[in-house]
Amino acid sequence: MSHVAQGRGRGGFIAGFLFAPLALYLTFVIWPYVQTFGYSFTNWTGQSPTFDFVGLDNYSALTKDEVFRGALWHNVLLLVFVPTITILLALFFAFMVNAGGRGGAGGVQGVRGSAFYKIVYFFPQVLSLAILAVLFGAVYRSDEGGLLNGVLTRLGLVDPQTPVEWLNEPRFVLWCLLLVVVWHGVGFYLVLFSAAMQSIPKDIYEAALLDGAGRAQTFFKVTLPLLWDSVQTSAVYLGIAAMDMFVLVSTMTSGQFGGGPDHHSEVMATVLMRNFLYFGKSGYACAMGVVMLALTMILSLVTLRATRRERIEF
Amino acid sequence: MTTVIKAPGEAAAERSGAGRPADRDKRGSDGMVLNVFSHGFLAVWAVLIILPLVWLALGSFKTDAQIGGSALSWPSNWHLDAFGRAWDKGIGDYFANTLIVMVFSVPLTMLFGSMAAYVLARYPFPGNRFIYYFFVSGAMFPVFLALVPLFFMVKRFDMLNTYQGLILVYVAYSMPFTVFFMHSFFRTLPTAVHEAAVIDGASDTRIFFQVMVPMAKPGLISVGIFNVLGQWNQYILPSVLMQPQTGSDPERYLLTQGLIQLQQQQGYATDLPVLFAGVTIAMIPMLVVYLSFQRQIQAGLTSATLK
Repeated sequence: MSHVAQGRGRGGFIAGFLFAPLALYLTFVIWPYVQTFGYSFTNWTGQSPTFDFVGLDNYSALTKDEVFRGALWHNVLLLVFVPTITILLALFFAFMVNAGGRGGAGGVQGVRGSAFYKIVYFFPQVLSLAILAVLFGAVYRSDEGGLLNGVLTRLGLVDPQTPVEWLNEPRFVLWCLLLVVVWHGVGFYLVLFSAAMQSIPKDIYEAALLDGAGRAQTFFKVTLPLLWDSVQTSAVYLGIAAMDMFVLVSTMTSGQFGGGPDHHSEVMATVLMRNFLYFGKSGYACAMGVVMLALTMILSLVTLRATRRERIEF
Repeated sequence: MTTVIKAPGEAAAERSGAGRPADRDKRGSDGMVLNVFSHGFLAVWAVLIILPLVWLALGSFKTDAQIGGSALSWPSNWHLDAFGRAWDKGIGDYFANTLIVMVFSVPLTMLFGSMAAYVLARYPFPGNRFIYYFFVSGAMFPVFLALVPLFFMVKRFDMLNTYQGLILVYVAYSMPFTVFFMHSFFRTLPTAVHEAAVIDGASDTRIFFQVMVPMAKPGLISVGIFNVLGQWNQYILPSVLMQPQTGSDPERYLLTQGLIQLQQQQGYATDLPVLFAGVTIAMIPMLVVYLSFQRQIQAGLTSATLK
């Protein structure tokens, strides 16, 4: 820390610079976070100013709430599959982009046009989830006008008389949403992994090559271990994204705040919003918020522990 | 660079077979196969990205019957009237609302975020570490945790469905990341410049604005991009806080909310080209911004995640 700054009379300056940011942050972020815990033990409706303390009633009601339990299970499925699929695809493409070139030099050459691929793949990342919701709502349309049904009909895989109702089919709806998240995320993680791959010194590859390693071996023995930190971070980020899912589910699926058909695409965030804004059960919704926080914490810890490896310096 | 890589390549070839021509050929065709293979996969994914976007944009030129009839039909006319109708349906207003909010929220975020980060990074005082972690820990919690009390907090200030309410909330929720990033940036700046400025008699405030902020420009740009994208695409906060509270309240929907609104209206009505045109209008600025700054955006978001 800079020693010039240790003068007298800086208290006013420090306080002045911290006051506004801290006040805003306390008012709109920290205090609501804290309040949620308190409200989660009450039967507050949000409408009336009065409410009673009900102890753990909201939490025990949550354990019996079939809709919420289903939503929790869907979040767990998404937590497992969204990071896994996205990271595998992103790693695969990143390796192709960075090492898939004509292997005259032994497999550490990028493909031609790698810059173009990175530009195209990354673009979905700057689109808002609302745009994705409308876009994929149209792609998954339940008639021949949907892009997916249209293409499948043309290929003869779907009968034009009975196109697939992607978002109204209990078996498909969650996976359709999952594909949107993957479509959105792969480009970003490709660029992330690419940056990490490019920071690996070339002489490590040369050494591996001298030892007679092939391309696949190079990837698993050299590239992947050196990327492990980024993979780990990505898993946590994707997990947090999979915990949310509110925008896509609430706008693309049927039902008040989404979740349909018959709760087959329900996630915790949509149940929370419905209870808060539609049923007016604010205290109950707060308890769900606390459960979401707990799961996010557990998720981060588990991911970081399960993927722990010896850190490799280079 | 190529020669450096090539030399060991040759060495390996020689070692494994004294550089016999047959061996070299095998290597060459191996590379070729993989090259075709990787290009194949990469191209398929590129098509999967581009195709839906282009298809949607083409939809704004179709008629309703064409959109419902067959996904693979080509637009029959090239009139822009769906775009005009989308604009009249409110896309223009939603656009303006988003801009109004961001014109204030992004600069305020940057100002407050770097002020706090600067003080925390360069001035030791009791409680410094505590306040820093206090700021940074906010990034770990899901926004849903705060949503219910946040709504009533903003209501108590009588700022529901107002620009200033949303602006303050955006600034507050952008604080953890901005402070975190700028903190590490200010720490890397040399102290010598600061010392020189002190000797020249500059006050702390003046040093910050005239010396430190200009030096931190690269960091500010990265965080700025991140905040612009994040706030432009925000949906949950406005959908809770920007609802008309009474019948006489004006609609102050932001663009993301407006699009969803339009989707829900058009889902039942029969003017789908308007919806597609609305999304296309919302996409174009992002496409332009992205193509002009893609290098900085990719670098900014990547470094932001890795930190």
